[in-house]
Amino acid sequence: MPNAAASTDPLGGAPIAGKVLVTNPTGLHARPAVKLTKLAKSFAADLKVRPESQADWVNAKSPNAVMKMKLRGGDTLCLEATGDDAAAAVAALIAFTERNFDE
Amino acid sequence: MPEAGPELTLRGTVASRGLALGPIALLTPAGAARRQAGAPPAEAQALRDALAQAAEALALVIESSDEMAGEILSFQLALIEDDDLLAPVFASIAAGTAADQAWRTKLDSEIADYAAGEDDYFRARAADLTDLRDRVLAALAGEDAATTAAAEGAILAAEDLTPSRFLETDWRRFGGAALKLGSAASHVAMLARARGVPLLIGLGEAFDRLQSGVPAVLDAEEGLLLLRPASASRQSFDRRQEQATARQRQEATFLPRPAITAHGEAVQALINVDDPALLDRLDPAHCDGIGLARSEFLFRADRPLPDEAAQFQVYRRLLAWAAGRPVTIRTLDAGGDKPIPGLTPDGESNPFLGLRGLRLSLSRPEVFAVQLRALARAAPLGNLKVMVPMVTRPQEMTAARALFEAAVADCRAAGMAAALPPLGMMVEVPAAALTAADFPADFYSIGSNDLVQYVTASGRDNDSVASLYDPRNPAVLELIARTVAAGQTRGVEVSLCGDMASDPALVPLLLERGLRALSVAPGRLASVKAAVAAWSPHG
Repeated sequence: MPNAAASTDPLGGAPIAGKVLVTNPTGLHARPAVKLTKLAKSFAADLKVRPESQADWVNAKSPNAVMKMKLRGGDTLCLEATGDDAAAAVAALIAFTERNFDE
Repeated sequence: MPEAGPELTLRGTVASRGLALGPIALLTPAGAARRQAGAPPAEAQALRDALAQAAEALALVIESSDEMAGEILSFQLALIEDDDLLAPVFASIAAGTAADQAWRTKLDSEIADYAAGEDDYFRARAADLTDLRDRVLAALAGEDAATTAAAEGAILAAEDLTPSRFLETDWRRFGGAALKLGSAASHVAMLARARGVPLLIGLGEAFDRLQSGVPAVLDAEEGLLLLRPASASRQSFDRRQEQATARQRQEATFLPRPAITAHGEAVQALINVDDPALLDRLDPAHCDGIGLARSEFLFRADRPLPDEAAQFQVYRRLLAWAAGRPVTIRTLDAGGDKPIPGLTPDGESNPFLGLRGLRLSLSRPEVFAVQLRALARAAPLGNLKVMVPMVTRPQEMTAARALFEAAVADCRAAGMAAALPPLGMMVEVPAAALTAADFPADFYSIGSNDLVQYVTASGRDNDSVASLYDPRNPAVLELIARTVAAGQTRGVEVSLCGDMASDPALVPLLLERGLRALSVAPGRLASVKAAVAAWSPHG
């Protein structure tokens, strides 16, 4: 996993964070944005994302919000999750992004 | 009845030629008709019902759409399930706002956000949200959409049409369409021409005077919409319509037959394909194959081509449809008036003279390789030919061929069947047209739209120089003749796939210059064959 990192939280409760490089040249356009939010919705955890270059987090389960991040190819996607399956959610979204959004 | 009143003439621009007489069926900007608002719980339920109805309709359209249309609509469908988007709408309803007003306010503010974006891809999503906004408003207003209630043969009138709205409309029920806005170069105009739907655009402010049910003549030949046509106008329309119908009937007899000139010479009549879904309605036996499949329109015109597997599936489908007839696929022709965010350069001062077509593909060999591999894998499955757009120097052909050979070797190394198909070039840059014989191409296909624009130095998208953008300009015809001669010298085939080939009035000019292969819009196949049949070398 050369371009991704997830920090685990042994104590529980605190957010699980991660980041991953987006290699798709177009970035997170409509189809991947829809797929990403569907994947995010399959987890109970609260899941937030933002491009590394922006300060504001958005809900990873909102296709409109994810689309409006305008994440471009070459940007890094930051993730943060809280909840029971937070670690699994972050890992799944990182893996999905690394698979080039299954495009 | 709205029948009373004098005849009124509205002027517009012809985007797709044809005539129609019928009542206006106005697609109101949805929700313009005020609905009676109820108490907050009833309003919330009304919105939930409208959203469910919209979702159901979208799912149905997605099922019957090609990949390109399906992708646009899937994003809309996802938005209907976006709690973040809906929560403020329901909060506003709970505070006493009517459902339609709450929905419209939220969507309008989102649309404004998208429209203000600095990149084209993001701005284009504003149209998706507008489509969704109106779809839900129509459901709220209880309109089962004007498209189902309209009388047979009605003239659909709308501010503008989105591609999704165009694709889901049953055009057998309408005589044509008239739009307040719109552009002749738009995707909707192209879809209308391919399907032979008369389309008049750019009616402007006068559009606001239209009312549903008013009888009208749609004259998408002269660029007019006549409301409440007087009896003289009706008679004139009837005459022209009769002539047109007689001509169509007569031309239709040519459709199933090969294109043969009056002196018995065969001409290849091929079709241009921009939407694979159209093929289901076309009989491959009526043409000599596909002369131009625009790869950027087979998928989404505003984004990069999909992955190798998805491209391969579509190329295979075209070959299967053609059943052994030639299928010429043009590699990605992005740039110019077809930007793809993240792929074409931003901020070029003159995109038509910039990094477009093959120039772009050669500058992004890793992107080009994906398409070449998909094409190499499709080649063994039929009579595939591949051509590259915007070739300027012979070395570019050599470079493209080397990349293609590498793609074939790649596929074979991975254990996949692959072949190198004939590799031809579009002749559309004057430098290439003047010296075509110097290019190592397996065939030439004249791209007359760009050739006319570059020879006359008149932008295709610029109305103020439209009269200079003239395919009959002798310099254009001379370059076509030279390209034909170059093909004869080198013993390779020459065809023409621009709009010129689809215009029966121009067909004789092309035949006079020795062209014997024309690739045309599917809706024009019969008239082009008829024009060929009427032609002989000495008048």
